[in-house]
Amino acid sequence: MSLFNLSIKDLHKKLVTKELSSSELVDESLKRIQQVEGDIQAFISLDEEGARARAKLVDERISSGQAISMLAGLPTALKDNMVTKGITTTCGSRILENYQPIYNSTVYEKILAADSIMIGKTNMDEFAMGSSTEHSAFHPTHNPWELAYVPGGSSGGSAAAVAAGEVYYALGSDTGGSIRQPAAFTGVVGLKPTYGLVSRYGLVAFASSLDQIGPITRNVEDAAYVLQAIAGHDHLDSTSANVKIPNYTEALTGDIRGMRIAIPREYLGDGIDPKVKDSIAKAVKVFESLGAICEEVSLPHTEYAVATYYVIAPSEASSNLSRFDGVRYGTRYDSAENLIEMYKKTRSSGFGAEVKRRIMLGTFALSSGYYDAYYLKAQQVRTLVKQDFERVLVDYDLILGPTVPTTAFKIGEHIDNPLTMYLNDVLTVPVNLAGLPAISIPAGLVDGLPVGLQLIGKHFDELTILRSAYQFEQNTEHHQLKPQLGVKI
Amino acid sequence: MSYETVIGLEVHAELATKTKIFCGCSTKFGAPPNTQTCPICLGHPGVLPVLNRQAVEFGIKAALAINCEISAETKFDRKNYFYPDLPKAYQISQFDKPIGKNGWVEIEVDGEKKRIRINRLHLEEDAGKLTHLDNNSGTLVDFNRVGVPLIEIVTEADLRSPEEARLFLEKLKAIIQYTEVSDVKMEEGSLRCDANISLREHGAEQLGTKTELKNMNSFRNVQRALEYEEKRQAELLNAGQKIIQETLRWNDELEKTFSMRSKEDAHDYRYFPDPDLVNIIVDSDWVNSIKSSIPELPDARRARYTSDYGLTAYDAEVLTATKTVSDYFDAVLKHTNDAKSAANWIMGDLLRYLNENSLEISECRVTPQNLGAMLDLIAKDVISGKIAKTVFKEMLETGAEPEVIVNEKGLKQISNEGEIAEIVARVLADNPQSVEDFYNGKEKAIGFLVGQIMKETKGKANPQLVNKLISTALLKLPLL
Amino acid sequence: MEISRTTIEHIANLSRLNISNEEADSYQAQLNSILHFIDKLNELDTSQIEPTSHPLDLSNVLRADVVQESLAREEALRNAPSAKDDQFRVPAAIEG
Repeated sequence: MSLFNLSIKDLHKKLVTKELSSSELVDESLKRIQQVEGDIQAFISLDEEGARARAKLVDERISSGQAISMLAGLPTALKDNMVTKGITTTCGSRILENYQPIYNSTVYEKILAADSIMIGKTNMDEFAMGSSTEHSAFHPTHNPWELAYVPGGSSGGSAAAVAAGEVYYALGSDTGGSIRQPAAFTGVVGLKPTYGLVSRYGLVAFASSLDQIGPITRNVEDAAYVLQAIAGHDHLDSTSANVKIPNYTEALTGDIRGMRIAIPREYLGDGIDPKVKDSIAKAVKVFESLGAICEEVSLPHTEYAVATYYVIAPSEASSNLSRFDGVRYGTRYDSAENLIEMYKKTRSSGFGAEVKRRIMLGTFALSSGYYDAYYLKAQQVRTLVKQDFERVLVDYDLILGPTVPTTAFKIGEHIDNPLTMYLNDVLTVPVNLAGLPAISIPAGLVDGLPVGLQLIGKHFDELTILRSAYQFEQNTEHHQLKPQLGVKI
Repeated sequence: MSYETVIGLEVHAELATKTKIFCGCSTKFGAPPNTQTCPICLGHPGVLPVLNRQAVEFGIKAALAINCEISAETKFDRKNYFYPDLPKAYQISQFDKPIGKNGWVEIEVDGEKKRIRINRLHLEEDAGKLTHLDNNSGTLVDFNRVGVPLIEIVTEADLRSPEEARLFLEKLKAIIQYTEVSDVKMEEGSLRCDANISLREHGAEQLGTKTELKNMNSFRNVQRALEYEEKRQAELLNAGQKIIQETLRWNDELEKTFSMRSKEDAHDYRYFPDPDLVNIIVDSDWVNSIKSSIPELPDARRARYTSDYGLTAYDAEVLTATKTVSDYFDAVLKHTNDAKSAANWIMGDLLRYLNENSLEISECRVTPQNLGAMLDLIAKDVISGKIAKTVFKEMLETGAEPEVIVNEKGLKQISNEGEIAEIVARVLADNPQSVEDFYNGKEKAIGFLVGQIMKETKGKANPQLVNKLISTALLKLPLL
Repeated sequence: MEISRTTIEHIANLSRLNISNEEADSYQAQLNSILHFIDKLNELDTSQIEPTSHPLDLSNVLRADVVQESLAREEALRNAPSAKDDQFRVPAAIEG
């Protein structure tokens, strides 16, 4: 029996009845990590001592009969761009290699308040800039399904850790697809909430108007529980939405008869791998068999979304990353002759090539003489992309399509061609531009690699997304497939 | 060849909010270095700004006081540049939608009123404080000040002389001081000023090349720096040379400007809307409620003092120099009708005492009520003006009521004619030489005699009665 | 839109990055191909379109002027790469 076949709900029950203890779960996690980390390399750092100590406290609370939350006692992992006080937070970069934060991100405060046990911080593309986790300054992460392949990015570490059974759930961040794409590549569930639903306070900013934190889990119900724990207004985040948080798990079992699902023709165009298209077509049949009405629509500005994203995101990032100047924290290049050299040498040696590339691109797009042609223009096209969605979502409840045009690619395959890498994001970035919620769920395998199905919903309508995802999942067996990693899960 | 001088000013004032503009750190002045910071104002990874409502309201209040239009929708933008006193390497400021625009401030130059137009007033955050070590060995940074809210006020190039610039600053300071949104103390750094100056031929429409002046730490220095620069530019132009557009640093000791040539020439700030902050919608209800909280401003008070109370322009100016003194004066007038006397006592004895003892009027022990009461006692002849000086001194030191002091020290004026006549007679009898001197034409002798009478009565004799009775007595005496 | 080598060097300076000649070459090529791709946006007429700077329709998020506890100085300076006299230390800054 593997504990990793149990859902959060089942684990919670066993903890409450004391059939299992949190310390046991942590032990299992750490054992598993020992077995597979050599191959997967999902983590940047582990906090074994802290995890065991917290597990012990949770077990004591359970023994004394105290009530515990759904996530209590469960080993989890956070992407290393979420600030954790006293625990090194690197963002996958040398410039923060030894940075120990002096405060907690709001999302980590919530994880602690829920008594969940963070085992470690996961690997990522440096400052979340990338789609393969190959741009981590430390090491790449390997896809548990095929070790020579990427797990996706930038939350590749979190996705691989969940897929490989190292933790029960993980948190990732999504700016242009960085939760959904790795979830698709590694055959797990990844949810990007509506912009503003989860606090960004303590999420090291990449592109402030696009970033969101979300859960990566083994099944849809788990994602609902995690979302429940992390969603909510935060007075420390001015862009945090003040909306009522519904009960995400209660609504899962409702049926989806009559649900109207839109399938944009632009999402099944020539650039999509035919075998991926096949998997999606099969998925559509499942939805129809459940009573949903699936119709083709058009989102005409889809083809402009990647270009729009690759102006806006680097522009905001170029400004967000300027604070890494070696003055107040982080790595500083010591033997500089003067201040400007100190800045330049610190940043040049501290940042990797992809980060530098995006900083340059963003600085250019904002610079005098080019602002109107690039940044302003992109923000205007963003409005058009947003309006496409708004138009469709008047008549439909959900939008469906593949999460990524292809399955995972080989490590090293695209690293030298940034543009090819960027085009991978064509199906995910429009969602961030519009601020909508979206989930990626497993939709089968193609040549042994997972395919992801994406469902996009209306603003703050995570309930509909979760319900339909859950129904699909319960009527298929894709989520039960696990990667073979030498040692069976 | 003479030129027309064209000057524009850029003024920064620190707002007197309790906390910083985007975080809850205290803004109290004078704390030990780096004891008023937090992850947010230090620009740590992952932090976010949350806007201080009071800063917005103070900004709107100041903008209204200088007659600006208030923007119905305002927002914040990032101004990007690298400098050690700027933690995020961008300053959160306002670019294209400032909170206020198209205002004006009226100044009086050589008796003529002139309106200086205000281009804009916007909100922004302050930077940290740098201390440069000797021999260029390094720079130290204190971040207590970073994040303190500032208003930046930019004038149009309407000023035509260094003196006008100084007058404008004095007026602006007084107006802002009255709104109480800032202490506006240049010596404490809560008011800062940079100036732009260019010259052109009279009648020319185009502006000449301007230079920017920085590092003036007083209004007087602003004027002096501009005077120096005016002269320097004129000399260059007369010699057929061109003015280089540059930033110059005023050196107070050497009394000249120096080029900051080492500073980077092109600053491309790459302004863009700050995605971490949302727009502020300013509706008319909000503006009106702030407007109604603006007290009567200096110009209006001055007009009232001269027209309603007949005070001179000079007196009105002194009394309205600060809101606290003006409020004090208005409060005194609740307890007496004699505006002129009230003005004199405040401008003279009271302010002098406060200055000598480095006190603010808020620390003055003499309440407006008591000053009014004292003026009343003088008006009713209970005490003379001279005795009042003694009483006032006591009031300043102890805060006691004037009547209590007069009674305790027996300072009541002697106004009984009979009593005084007796004393007059006695003094005249005791000082025959002086009497003779007086008859012999020495006017001064009467002063001596009056002095003796005052001495006898310990200064309490009613001076008018003394004069009357001594004159009568002297004229009545038989000729020797 | 083609970025010149001078522009590359100017941008690198603005972003406080040192780039070698080889790096400048490769950045120039990569950025040009990305910009060429981005030029696609010019196919659209956006003259009547408002830009989206915020995906949500939020406004007037304000907080009360109430003092919160600041960090102790040791905490503030904890991560300082260099400190002296209770302050952060950097190489000499030119008067700005």
